[in-house]
Amino acid sequence: MLRDNERHKHFNRRAAILGGGKALLLSILAGRLYYLQVVEADRYRTLADENRINLRLLPPLRGRIVDRLGIPLADNQQNYRVLLIPEDARSLHATMNALDQVIPLSDGERRRILRDVKRNRSFVPVTVRENLSWKSAAQIEVNSPDLPGIMIDVGQSRSYPHGQELAHVMGYVAAVSPAEQTGDPLLELPGFRVGKAGLEKIHDLRLRGKSGSSQVEVNAYGRVIRELERREGEPGAEVNLTIDIALQRTVNHRLKNQSAAAVAIDVHSGEVLAMASSPAFDPNAFNQGLKVADWQALINNPRAPLINKAIAGRYAPGSTFKMIVLLAALERGVVNTSTQFFCNSFINLGDARFHCWSKHGHGFVNANDAISQSCDVYFYEIAKRTGIERIASMAKRFGLGSPLGIDLPGELAGLVPTPKWKRQAYEAAWQKGETVITGIGQGYLLATPLQLSVMTARMVNGGFAVTPRLTRDVSGLKSGDSENEQKFKSLGIPTRHLDIVRAAMGDVVNSPTGTARGSRIEEPEWKMGGKTGTVQVRRISKSEREQGVVKNQDLPWKERDHAIFVGYAPMENPRYAVSVVVEHGGSGSKTAAPIARDILLEAQRRRSSQSTVARVVGSLETIQKKRDN
Amino acid sequence: MREDSLNPPSFTLLQKLIHIRWIFVLLVIAVAFIGVAMLFSAANGNFQPWASRHLARLGVGIGVMLCIALVDIRIWLKFAYLFYGFSLILLILVEVMGFIGMGAQRWLDLGYFNLQPSEIMKITLVLALARYFHGMGMEDIDRPTRLLIPLVMVGIPTVLILRQPDLGTAIMLVMASGGLFFVAGVRLWKFGALAVLGLALMPVSWQFLHSYQKRRIMTFLNPESDPLGAGYHIIQSKIALGSGGVSGRGFMQGTQGHLRFLPEMQTDFIFTMLAEEFGMIGALGLISLYILLLVYGFAIAMRSHSHFGRLVGMGVTVTFFLYVFINIAMVMGLIPVVGVPLPLISYGGTAMMTLLIGFGLLMGVWVHRDVVIGRRGGDRA
Repeated sequence: MLRDNERHKHFNRRAAILGGGKALLLSILAGRLYYLQVVEADRYRTLADENRINLRLLPPLRGRIVDRLGIPLADNQQNYRVLLIPEDARSLHATMNALDQVIPLSDGERRRILRDVKRNRSFVPVTVRENLSWKSAAQIEVNSPDLPGIMIDVGQSRSYPHGQELAHVMGYVAAVSPAEQTGDPLLELPGFRVGKAGLEKIHDLRLRGKSGSSQVEVNAYGRVIRELERREGEPGAEVNLTIDIALQRTVNHRLKNQSAAAVAIDVHSGEVLAMASSPAFDPNAFNQGLKVADWQALINNPRAPLINKAIAGRYAPGSTFKMIVLLAALERGVVNTSTQFFCNSFINLGDARFHCWSKHGHGFVNANDAISQSCDVYFYEIAKRTGIERIASMAKRFGLGSPLGIDLPGELAGLVPTPKWKRQAYEAAWQKGETVITGIGQGYLLATPLQLSVMTARMVNGGFAVTPRLTRDVSGLKSGDSENEQKFKSLGIPTRHLDIVRAAMGDVVNSPTGTARGSRIEEPEWKMGGKTGTVQVRRISKSEREQGVVKNQDLPWKERDHAIFVGYAPMENPRYAVSVVVEHGGSGSKTAAPIARDILLEAQRRRSSQSTVARVVGSLETIQKKRDN
Repeated sequence: MREDSLNPPSFTLLQKLIHIRWIFVLLVIAVAFIGVAMLFSAANGNFQPWASRHLARLGVGIGVMLCIALVDIRIWLKFAYLFYGFSLILLILVEVMGFIGMGAQRWLDLGYFNLQPSEIMKITLVLALARYFHGMGMEDIDRPTRLLIPLVMVGIPTVLILRQPDLGTAIMLVMASGGLFFVAGVRLWKFGALAVLGLALMPVSWQFLHSYQKRRIMTFLNPESDPLGAGYHIIQSKIALGSGGVSGRGFMQGTQGHLRFLPEMQTDFIFTMLAEEFGMIGALGLISLYILLLVYGFAIAMRSHSHFGRLVGMGVTVTFFLYVFINIAMVMGLIPVVGVPLPLISYGGTAMMTLLIGFGLLMGVWVHRDVVIGRRGGDRA
């Protein structure tokens, strides 16, 4: 018994030690618990959230682009995609066979689908086909009970409802290239599009909007369990253009099958109502990625469909430049309205002989005759007397020789030559003959169709330095037309000089001897004025001239003259200015003037019908207001 | 003496039933219900497949526990070696079957349920060692030769279990036995000598470890070295624990567990889930309940008037402690992952049965605390 007591005591002592040891071990556990759950809690909480929370970007809806009347020019279209979720499909082959009844699947597609399925976890949707028509998507939806695992996903893609009509102005959107990545995760989203040309590029950031985000909880296998938080993005701003798409359509129709450009602007506000460059391209094609062959065809086309000739095509202005020369001469006091020169079809300057377009000569011509009949000799004479510096300076005041700052990428400056420029460019002295040739708008002189239209606008708007623009406003900030009309600086040209020029331009079209009389407008309140231009693109040699100049239409296309016309309407209180350049189109009076007439006529018709509608709407609103009161 | 008044050698069954430590039983049930709740959460708010079966096993287990508690302690003493021998045969049987089946095997398929002989061994080894040390005087303990037999008794099943391979159970067996050797009075220097010997044998035993066991030990030493591979479990477990913070994410709100970042959350890593959902408060609460059970175990063992009872009580308590400590230390990244469940909470029938049988013996020790047993097993009362 005693023995056992002793053993019991010994046991208890050892048990106590053991218990102490255990207590120590358990307190280590408690300490570890404290370390993990208190000291390091925040770190582990973050790690746990990183484990489970996935941030997904929600791309914003790209802003629309609308014309001056609100007609959409660039819109977003529902884009249907067929997705296959492997785990929901009882049998991949059965599902694909069933789908094949609705949208035929090629063997290649089937192989790709099976390969994609193998690569991903079974709950990851695999794209079967993109850009499905609404009809096919609807058919799939209807048959969904027979198509387990098939899902229709709706995305947004850019669409240009007017296709080619405004291709160069709108530009296009396409997938982001590696060089365009800025680190903005939005740009890394598959299928995201950015503006690559035209207004889509200029207004890209405003049109883009702000991306939203969706926080989703995923499990260890990446399956989405639920959405934790959704922050809707801001859709892009709507851009309202100065373009009138109906007028644009008329312009395009008239330029069809030509390599040509035309611009119509409001002479007071500088709003561009139509800007066309032919041939064009379909901006919709870029959205889904262009086929290599199509791209090659666009690039190699000699008529350069990708180039906006209205702002990036440079042409010698030819006779359309004569108003500038006359204005410079009038300002210099070299001539007045009654000053006459005798045209016997050429002048001699040193060894060189400069010909007038008329083989017989115009006889005695004053300023008005010189413009309306486009006598070259008159302008040789006054250019010689005025000097290149003053002509160049006048040309620059009218917007030639430098970009006008229109809201489009790629506008070119054109060229107004001066002796200083020639020294720099050619390291050669300016020749007198070059002044003479500049007097008829040839030689080094280069202008874009946009510059020609702005030049014309400045001549007929009372001499204000109007600048062109395509964007009326960007959504939200809609303001009335009157507020929108900026106050432009005066060019400081005496009104009587401008009146001389305007009257002469009126005679170009309306006088029986005018070069563009065939294109006159009969309606008295819509009458137009303008100036023809026919620009040689090749030199006519002396021998050729003696043998008889080859008729233009008998030459190869590339060697034919450019046809140019600048015009305005109406005669009283001009509102619209237009420029038309038809590359290798022959003569300005035969080819370009009729196009300009149709544009100006349509512009005025549309304005009058719109103002009628506005009047009716206005009076209805007044009646409504009276009734409300 | 007191046995005349307090310890009539033959209580009636009813008297025995009254003498059971019911508070202890209630504590066991309480802990098991925490297990039910956690398994309910682990199944995303479903009683199926785990919580309901856990509950059923608890019911059966408590019944078994009470039955065992009522059996006279002297019967356990009498048949201790027999039970030990029987479970040793079962272990060998598993080994042979595994050999025939050309693969590792830990259990015997008995149709209704799978029997894990290694689990039974945890109890029967305690009984056998308790009987051995019970029959040994104070002076015999110091004779090294007398320790040879118990060492062999521990060694044979340990080697067999290691071969299964089941490192966790083997460690528990060795450590529980160590505890028994210690309270039986084996000199401390002998433990020291054994430890030195063990350390010396470590490079040799490394060769016998399976590659996955080696990997587990390596990843324990540096879990971040392979965050998506073998270290994944322990990293995710620590994230879950840490993210629980002081007050936890809330019942069924643990993201690590419910989003399946946490492996094996219904079995080995259930403590992690509890700590994630109930925080440090919940985790310490559970540990406190375990400590209460341990204190009871100690008290019962020390209060027994028979050396056999004391040793059995202590053996059971130490085994229970090892379950608790190894599991929690493992999920916290303090020791390598060895696959030991959290007692009464982890899903798994065998471990729960082993524990409840052990607790039944502990209750039996309490009920028969005043029974004095002679060294040869004779009734000295």
